[in-house]
Amino acid sequence: MPPLPSPLPDVEIQCRQLADLIRPHLDRQPALIGIFSGGAWIAGRLKELLGLPEDIGLIDVSFYRDDYAAKGLHPRVKPTVIPFEVEGRHLILVDDVVYTGRTTRAALNELFDYGRPASVALAVLADRGGRQLPIGAAYCVWNVALGDGESLELCRLDDGRLAWRLENA
Amino acid sequence: MHNPQLNRNGELIHLLSIDGLPPLVITQILDTAASFMEVSARDVKKVPLLRGKSVFNLFFENSTRTRTTFEIASKRLSADVINLDINRSSTAKGETLLDTIDNLCAMHANLFVVRHASSGAPYLIAEHLQRIGRDDVHVVNAGDGRHAHPTQGLLDMYTIRHYKQDFTRLRVAIVGDILHSRVARSDIEALTTLGVPEVRAIGPETLLPKHLDKFGVAVFHDMNEGIRDCDVIIMLRLQNERMAGALLPSAGEYFRHYGLTPEKLALARPDAIVMHPGPMNRGVEIHSAVADGPQAVILPQVTFGIAVRMAVMSIVAGN
Repeated sequence: MPPLPSPLPDVEIQCRQLADLIRPHLDRQPALIGIFSGGAWIAGRLKELLGLPEDIGLIDVSFYRDDYAAKGLHPRVKPTVIPFEVEGRHLILVDDVVYTGRTTRAALNELFDYGRPASVALAVLADRGGRQLPIGAAYCVWNVALGDGESLELCRLDDGRLAWRLENA
Repeated sequence: MHNPQLNRNGELIHLLSIDGLPPLVITQILDTAASFMEVSARDVKKVPLLRGKSVFNLFFENSTRTRTTFEIASKRLSADVINLDINRSSTAKGETLLDTIDNLCAMHANLFVVRHASSGAPYLIAEHLQRIGRDDVHVVNAGDGRHAHPTQGLLDMYTIRHYKQDFTRLRVAIVGDILHSRVARSDIEALTTLGVPEVRAIGPETLLPKHLDKFGVAVFHDMNEGIRDCDVIIMLRLQNERMAGALLPSAGEYFRHYGLTPEKLALARPDAIVMHPGPMNRGVEIHSAVADGPQAVILPQVTFGIAVRMAVMSIVAGN
């Protein structure tokens, strides 16, 4: 896996690349669901780039996390909003980074409490490896290796643009 | 001051009273409750947070509604709920409160929801748990004596925030038997903590505690005067047993002076909301036309109450 480039990649360009990967599959009329907070921003941008008429779903997986017993409830939980029927739909779950796969697992569990989707695909800007569950991204534009204490955070700048920030634990 | 509700990191481990809760903790509870409102609106009204945990409802004092809402909240968090019929249980045979707690801990209880006629009973339990090193067991006060009813206070704050958004511009009136009301006490503490600039207490002298002004509460004996230009009116239930004593002349007399009628409500702000913790006595503290009118938010309070209790239980059980 390639090391971290400097400067970090432009998020807008990556969003366009991700939209290009998804566009050939729009005949299935997929619905987008973004995971708070980074995934929600990206899903919002993908909706614009793909010209989708439907509102995106927003999901906060705090109530489904597997580390609740160890870490407690996240102090800033956002309401999940799924403005369409999940039953029978093709869904694209959007996140900024896929790592252990545990957030994706939690999101899948939550989605299935809304109904039985026809399919769920994962779309991410970055895959940093390190999976602890059998989960893979169907759409991904950046494979990147990070150190153990490092993490990539997506942030929204004052002017609304998205940017990567490297965090060190 | 020692505050057994918070751990060393300032996180909520028990909910015993509003007193001593930092504003940020209250806001966190209200924000979390907003997310649980969405869960209660789904077809599958359940999240797995407390899966495998045992919640014991210990109601040493009768209450169907509060117990039911705690039971629903626990079940929506996937906990197992055990309702103890205290009147028929060991307490009636002479077992002490703390012996009961020890026995239930031996049955692997994770959370106690406690209602007790004696003020301070939930504190006693929380301090006992700390003493015996059971920091994995949590206590939520569901009303103790005249002292506190913190989840009611929090759901009232949730309701006010839902309809009025900003606490810092509000005029809030609490009407009725404030002296005997743990709801009033918790509401006053919460409103003050959240920065409400004007809290008014309205009622006859016999039903208002002395020294309310020390808490920054303005006292009114004339309801027409007290209710004027208020944004929020919290009506309290007049407990029947007060009638028996010398505190009040009669229910009819009380209604004439302190019952919320459409005429009195017209003195408040036109967009004022009317709240009541239930169960309400129509024709005693509130006129049916008000209770069923467009400004009443009494039933939404019940719905919000479940989400607020889910938030409290999932926060304390996780810390």
